[in-house]
Amino acid sequence: MKIAISSTGPDLDSAVDARMGRAAYFVIIETDTMEFTGIENSSAMAGGGAGIQSAQNLAESGVKTVLTGNCGPNAFQVFGAAGVQVITGVNGTVKEAVEKFKSGQYNATAQPSVQSHFGMGGNMGGGTGKGLGKGQRKG
Amino acid sequence: MKIAIASGKGGTGKTTISTNLALSLLEDNSSVQLLDCDVEEPNCHIFIKPEIVSSRPVQVLVPQVNEERCTGCGICADICEYSAIAVVKSKVLIFPELCHSCGACSMFCPEGAFIEVKRDVGFVEHGRYDSLDFYHGMLDIGELMSPAVIHAVKEASGVSDITIIDSPPGTSCPVIEAVKDADFVVLVTEPTPFGLNDLDLAVGMVRALDIPFAVAVNRCDMGDKDVYQYCNRQGIDIILEIPDDRRIAEAYSRGEMLIHACSEYTDKFRKCWDKIRILGASQP
Repeated sequence: MKIAISSTGPDLDSAVDARMGRAAYFVIIETDTMEFTGIENSSAMAGGGAGIQSAQNLAESGVKTVLTGNCGPNAFQVFGAAGVQVITGVNGTVKEAVEKFKSGQYNATAQPSVQSHFGMGGNMGGGTGKGLGKGQRKG
Repeated sequence: MKIAIASGKGGTGKTTISTNLALSLLEDNSSVQLLDCDVEEPNCHIFIKPEIVSSRPVQVLVPQVNEERCTGCGICADICEYSAIAVVKSKVLIFPELCHSCGACSMFCPEGAFIEVKRDVGFVEHGRYDSLDFYHGMLDIGELMSPAVIHAVKEASGVSDITIIDSPPGTSCPVIEAVKDADFVVLVTEPTPFGLNDLDLAVGMVRALDIPFAVAVNRCDMGDKDVYQYCNRQGIDIILEIPDDRRIAEAYSRGEMLIHACSEYTDKFRKCWDKIRILGASQP
C-alpha cells in the first residue's frame, strides 16, 4: 500500500514532522516492499495555502493514507475529497511510524487536529500568522 | 495633495499624527479629508469622534463552479497563484478566504464553468466632524483581504484639496495599497533600535514606490541618537518632532485629541504641513 509520512528529513530514520502543509519533506513508502522516496515539500515556504497545495500534491501522487503530527482544516477537506485517509498524532521516526501503521496501531482521524496556520512560525497560541500578503515567507 | 502617514514599526504615532494634522489644517484649508486605512484595527474614529453618515459593505468576487460544465481538467487549480482552488478526483474545491479575486480561474476555464459571486469582507463608513470629511473601513473578523477594504475606503472618499491617509503599520500588501497613490509619505518613527530598524525597511519601501517622503520622530527625547544619524547619512528630512510629553499620553488614554488637550501643538502640525508642501513640490 502506498502511504506518505510528513518528515523532517528524506529517509526512514528521519523524525516525523509534526506539521503536514509545511512539513520539510514527505516520505512516500510502498508498505509491502518498504521501498521509499523522500521528497522536499515545495509548499513549505508558500505565502499561503500550503496545506491545500501539499494535500493536492499528495493526493495526485496516489497515496492512500497520510501519516502526520497535525493536519489543518483546509488540507483535511482536500484529503477528504480525494478519499485519502489521514492519521494525526504520529511521531517518532518514519520507520517506527510505518511499523506501527502496518501493525494496525493507528486509527484514522475524523477531523482536523489543529486550526489553520499551525505550521507557520512561533506556534504561540496558533493565531499569529495572517498568512497572505504579509510577505513573511515569499521566496 | 494626498499625504500618507506610514511607519515601519507599529505604535510609533501614525494615528496621533494623522488625526492631529488633519484637524490642525481645517482652519486654513477649505477641504480636508482623513482616510483611516488601517482596516484591521481602525482607531482614528476614537479621537476624531465623527458623526457617521453612511455605511456600506465591501464585497469581493469569488469563483463558484457550475459542476455540469466542469470536466475536472484542473487548469483552474494550476493557474491559481493563491491555492484558493484545489481539484481532486475531478472535483473542484474552492477556498474563498484565500481568493484574491484576480479572475484567472474563470478566464482560463476552457468550459466556461465559473461564475463570479460576491462575498462580504468588511465595511466602509463615511462621517463628518466639523468641516472634516472622514472615511474608514473595517475588515470582518476572520477575513484576510485587507487591500480590498483599503481600496474601498479610497473609492468611497471624495476629491479634496488635502487628503490624509492613516496607513497600517509595516511594509507589506495592506501598506502598499494604502500609500501607493500618495503624493508624499510621512514616516513616523521613535528613536529606539526597533524604531530605526523598521524605519529603514519603510524607507526602502517608499523608495521602491518612488514617492517623496520625510520622517517624523515621535517621543523624540526618550531614546538614542541613531535615528537622527541615520536620517542625516541618508539625506532624509525630519519635518516633525514630538517630545515624550506625559500630557500627550494622558490625552491619548482619554481618547482626546492632542491639539485639544495641548493647543500649543497645533502650530507644530501646521509647520509640518508647510514643510510637506515645500518638499512635495521639490521632490518630483
